[in-house]
Amino acid sequence: MDAWLTPQEWTAVLLSLRVATVATLWSLPFGLLVAMLLARGRFPGRALLDTLVHLPLVLPPVVTGYLLLLTFGRRAPVGGFLAEQFGIVFAFRWTGAVLACAIMAFPLMVRAIRLSIEAVDRRLEQAAGTLGAHPAWVFLTVTLPLILPGIVAGMILSFAKALGEFGATITFVSNIPGETQTLPSAIYTLTQIPDGEAGAMRLVLVAVAISMAALIGSELLARRVQRRIGA
Amino acid sequence: MSLEVRVRHRQGGFLLDAGFRSTGGLTVLFGRSGSGKTTLANAIAGLNRPGEGVIRLGDTVLLDSARDIFLPAHRRRIGYVFQDARLFPHLSVRHNLAYGTWFTRNRETVAELDQAIDLLGIGHLLDRRPSGLSGGERQRVAIGRALMASPRLLLMDEPLASLDEARKAEILPFIERLRDEVGIPIVYVSHAVAEVARLATTVVVLADGRVVRSGPARQVMASLDIFQGQERAEAGALLDTRLAGHEPAYALSVLQAPAGRLLVPLLDRPVGTPVRLRIRARDVTLAVCQPDGLSAQNILPGRITAIGRTDGPVVDVQLDCAGDLLIAQVTRRAIATLPLEVGRPVFAIVKSISFADGSDMGPPA
Repeated sequence: MDAWLTPQEWTAVLLSLRVATVATLWSLPFGLLVAMLLARGRFPGRALLDTLVHLPLVLPPVVTGYLLLLTFGRRAPVGGFLAEQFGIVFAFRWTGAVLACAIMAFPLMVRAIRLSIEAVDRRLEQAAGTLGAHPAWVFLTVTLPLILPGIVAGMILSFAKALGEFGATITFVSNIPGETQTLPSAIYTLTQIPDGEAGAMRLVLVAVAISMAALIGSELLARRVQRRIGA
Repeated sequence: MSLEVRVRHRQGGFLLDAGFRSTGGLTVLFGRSGSGKTTLANAIAGLNRPGEGVIRLGDTVLLDSARDIFLPAHRRRIGYVFQDARLFPHLSVRHNLAYGTWFTRNRETVAELDQAIDLLGIGHLLDRRPSGLSGGERQRVAIGRALMASPRLLLMDEPLASLDEARKAEILPFIERLRDEVGIPIVYVSHAVAEVARLATTVVVLADGRVVRSGPARQVMASLDIFQGQERAEAGALLDTRLAGHEPAYALSVLQAPAGRLLVPLLDRPVGTPVRLRIRARDVTLAVCQPDGLSAQNILPGRITAIGRTDGPVVDVQLDCAGDLLIAQVTRRAIATLPLEVGRPVFAIVKSISFADGSDMGPPA
């Protein structure tokens, strides 16, 4: 593939894979927690949390990107604090692309996991309790295995969304080759320059291949999990 | 180990206000659906938290609302066999059985795995998934799973309700063995008279969230007012007898009870075996003087101890036959014309006898 893609295109592909993977893995624990809260929690502000989580799904991505810039920019309140205290910088870095992708994909991940949590027969958890399992153990030995298909589905959706994220990413961290130029940004750039069509087409083919591989992989994984839990 | 329960629990518009005491054996919580049996069982298991009450198991206080004590379910060590088994679908039968042992550290075990597998006859199922089991197999695995957690008390909520007669007959002997051989106290929720007759040591009758009667199974089952409507056809007393001998020439066996001797079709069991019988009220006819020239051979002398009240044509009459209680269903007209009154000596003519497990012996001698 090295000979086929230009080094710049190759960089964009690798960066996209890295951004999507890191975004998916980082959002997983938060996604699980929020899905659990929304599916099971009874607390004031639940509706607000629900709305907040779903906001990136309905807002124009550019708006989300701009809001991220206002919050996590170098001189913005949160971004400034993180940069000073922990040395974590998002603005115009690949980490910013991770943040943008994670937030854009978050509602999809939460929805998938939440649905699977709501489908869990809570009477099984009660039964586990009567067998002496502490609630934390019940979660690990009963709830978690039963929602595994939902978690897998959520991660695949999140990965696919992160791979294709364009609007929020380009608004928040721009389009810097080698740092924030992901696959969609690279395709966009190539379509804007003369003689870019060939490169754009190559990247489009790569994007199609990755997406199909992810889809097939998720299908195989889901089937294996489904067999294991015997449902 | 003794169990003491006294709770008041409101759930929607329903108020459960019930209590009972058990000193072992198998206690049946008996009542129609909606009477509060399951709610009471859930309170014992810790699956609900009654607003008021005390629940004590041996020396352990499980609930004491006055002292704000509520032991969560996972620390009660009370095994629960649910009506719908609730096996973990993602675990094999082997791991379902072992589940409770993962959380029991250094506790005396009620049953070793091999022993439980043996008792329940589930050795050939160990590597299967719950989804591939029949209803009866699931229920047996569920019982084994509850036992493996080393419970101090076993709760069974209508464990046979979802099974057909053949599957029930397959599981009932296991429950009897648990009661008699494992010796674990059992609280058994049921609305089936046949199960009560076969299994119960003690019966607690619930109606509308209250205990209407409780006591030893023989006494409670022979009381007049616990069966209503359709269940009246099933009303009947329990008799604990001993196999006294056989009359092979007539293909009969002789059972001895305090009330007297009873002839039943030949039983293939050794002399001395205890046999529990159920005598339905509708199968008992009363005579005010010693009947003569009847084909019926099972005639027990007794004295009327109570007469039920009803506006219908049929009245329940309770008799004391040398300490054994029987119920007879007679017409209200017979009560008035014979007349039958409390204290009057009578003879009970028993037309048919069932074994306590519900299998009919047909009209005996």
